[in-house]
Amino acid sequence: MIEYSYIIAFLPLLSYALIVFFFSKSNKMASGVAITAVLTSFVLSTIVLFEVLADHGPHIFEYEWISMPGLELPLSIYIDPLAAVMLMVVTIVSSCVHIYSIGYMHGDPRFPRFFSFLSLFTFSMLGLVISGTFFATFIFWELVGLTSYLLIGFWFEKKVAADAGKKAFITTKIGDLGFLAGLLILYAAAGTLNYEDIYHLIEHHQIPVIILSAAGILLFCGAVGKSAQFPLHVWLPDAMEGPTPVSALIHAATMVAAGVYLTARIMSIIVVSESAAITIAYIGGFTALMAASIGLVQNDIKRVLAYSTVSQLGYMILALGCGGYTAGTFHLMTHAFFKALLFLGAGSVIHAAHTNDIQEMGGLAKKMPITSKTFFIASLSIAGIFPLSGFWSKDEIFLSILEEGHIGLLILAIVVAGMTAFYMFRLCFLTFTGEPRNKEKYEHAHESPNTMTYPLIFLAILAVCAGWVGIPWLHHGYASFVYHHHPHHPHPNYMLMLIGTIVAVGGIYLAYLMYYKRSIDPVAMGARFKGIYTFLFNKWWFDELYMGTVIRFVYWFMEVLYRFDQGVIDWFVNFVGRFGLFNARFWQTFDVYVIDGAVNGAGIVTRWFAGGLRKIQTGAVQNYAFVVFLGVVLFILFRFM
Amino acid sequence: MATLEHYLILSAILFCIGVFGLLSRRNAVGILMSIELMFNSANINFVAFSKFINPDILTGQIFSVFVIAIAAAEAAVGLAIVVLLYRNFDIVNIDKINFMKW
Repeated sequence: MIEYSYIIAFLPLLSYALIVFFFSKSNKMASGVAITAVLTSFVLSTIVLFEVLADHGPHIFEYEWISMPGLELPLSIYIDPLAAVMLMVVTIVSSCVHIYSIGYMHGDPRFPRFFSFLSLFTFSMLGLVISGTFFATFIFWELVGLTSYLLIGFWFEKKVAADAGKKAFITTKIGDLGFLAGLLILYAAAGTLNYEDIYHLIEHHQIPVIILSAAGILLFCGAVGKSAQFPLHVWLPDAMEGPTPVSALIHAATMVAAGVYLTARIMSIIVVSESAAITIAYIGGFTALMAASIGLVQNDIKRVLAYSTVSQLGYMILALGCGGYTAGTFHLMTHAFFKALLFLGAGSVIHAAHTNDIQEMGGLAKKMPITSKTFFIASLSIAGIFPLSGFWSKDEIFLSILEEGHIGLLILAIVVAGMTAFYMFRLCFLTFTGEPRNKEKYEHAHESPNTMTYPLIFLAILAVCAGWVGIPWLHHGYASFVYHHHPHHPHPNYMLMLIGTIVAVGGIYLAYLMYYKRSIDPVAMGARFKGIYTFLFNKWWFDELYMGTVIRFVYWFMEVLYRFDQGVIDWFVNFVGRFGLFNARFWQTFDVYVIDGAVNGAGIVTRWFAGGLRKIQTGAVQNYAFVVFLGVVLFILFRFM
Repeated sequence: MATLEHYLILSAILFCIGVFGLLSRRNAVGILMSIELMFNSANINFVAFSKFINPDILTGQIFSVFVIAIAAAEAAVGLAIVVLLYRNFDIVNIDKINFMKW
């Protein structure tokens, strides 16, 4: 099966084509085809996973693609344990989201179109996972960016949604430029873009470290854009304007994890290049802290989750920057499940309450038992409560940071864990407990249909259990499967586990006091720390900062170019036009007076001559006769005289 | 005794009368008659030269017979034109017939 793993990716593409060409009018057929395709991909991914479990590989299958003298760009499939795990994650989350979307998108006028885009996205993401060259990765990378744009702006009638799509596309594109530059540097240095060949060259020190650092940091720029790391994180919260299943699939579980996946793929570089590793670790750490702090005070349910996603992605990047290949990818997997669950739960809430504002919700647990329970499970998981999956992966991350010796970053990561627990439970308590703050919306709320709750339940099970594969006492299941170079089994550090748990429980308890018991008044707290609160509430003024600097510069530059266009280019064009006109006028004059004059002149002269000569032709026969005789006489005179 | 010169002078006088008639007559019939005079002066020349230069060969005489025959034909055509002119335009005055021009 593994040699045919491209089928996994191509099934959703087939579904996309089928929906676009045949089922664009039929809701049932469109969703049916899409779900069949993604479920089949899921089954095939499971088979591939088992094959990889038996033989870690990597399994590489090369296909000739661009082949000409001086340029060899093969396409290849590269299935190692990480790719196999990612295939599982993507197909599972994608299947859940597909099924969930039947309920969530019910009644949408562009229902088949939505499913076609979901299929296209699944294809691109799976392609990204299995591709074995940086170049193919880049192609699929751009494809997921495109589908992300299409799906964020799915309700393009809303200007905010269309704008958010553009913002996401352009912001990630800045990172992608870095990706492309890194890819070109790597190609120039290594002469190949195959993962395998590049890993080989790096291992044998064939590429100078300085070039590796440059290429690594530039490639990481792509990950910064896609995984919404500082300073390109601003697009992800806005991307929440898209339909919620899209947020769950693309902007929580899979596409944003592509940056983490790419960072894991360049682990060989990170290991060699100290500077690249430090850069990556600090960007990840800073992003985690910043996003978590913003998440503390946001009121839009999806935005809180979006900042949480940014923060958790920062975690993964931080772990990878510290060499924690296993930890980072492990958290990537567990996060995909519980964050998808959180988003789908949020979607279910929005579907019922018709609002995104958690200040208008409250008490929904009674109305939505399944949604609220699964949401609580996911929150416990992301907060890192024993023995849910988030606990194990977060612990792995702490361990990997500790092993690298970055105590500062470790403290930062632990603080972020506390903040995560706090904002997640702030969200839970505000949404599901207490008195309904908006009676009217509360009355209308109802539990979502089965197509939406079943995926929630399924993901809730995964949110609890997915981490168990990484329990250190159970033979290090995950660590001995997904690893870089050789399996690494750190000893379980009970101190860290304890600290992590205390911080998480502390965060939850604080949220409990503030938003459930109300023994600490959050409004008073906000007023007391007004400066910090405003700062966080306005998202560190990043949007304003970018507006004031980058975008203003772009506008200024645009203005300059406009002036240049108007003043120089247009002037030149007008000059050419005017010159042409002048030239034409000159030749017109020449034509009219000289050429036409010559032609007319010939006629006039001829007529003038003829006018004189025609007088000779009197028509009187005797005149002619006289001339004849005169001629004869003259002839004789001249001849004989 | 009449010599060649006498004939030639007669012929020249006749020819000149003919030319004068041709150029000055107004009546088309008169012009035709003037032309006949010129023919006849030419005939006199033919016959005179034949008689005085080479009397054994009758080339001149035969030639003048030809001329008379052709003159008759010419007169016939000319008269036909004159008749048509008279019929169509009711004129025989050659001065008035000047529409063969630009």
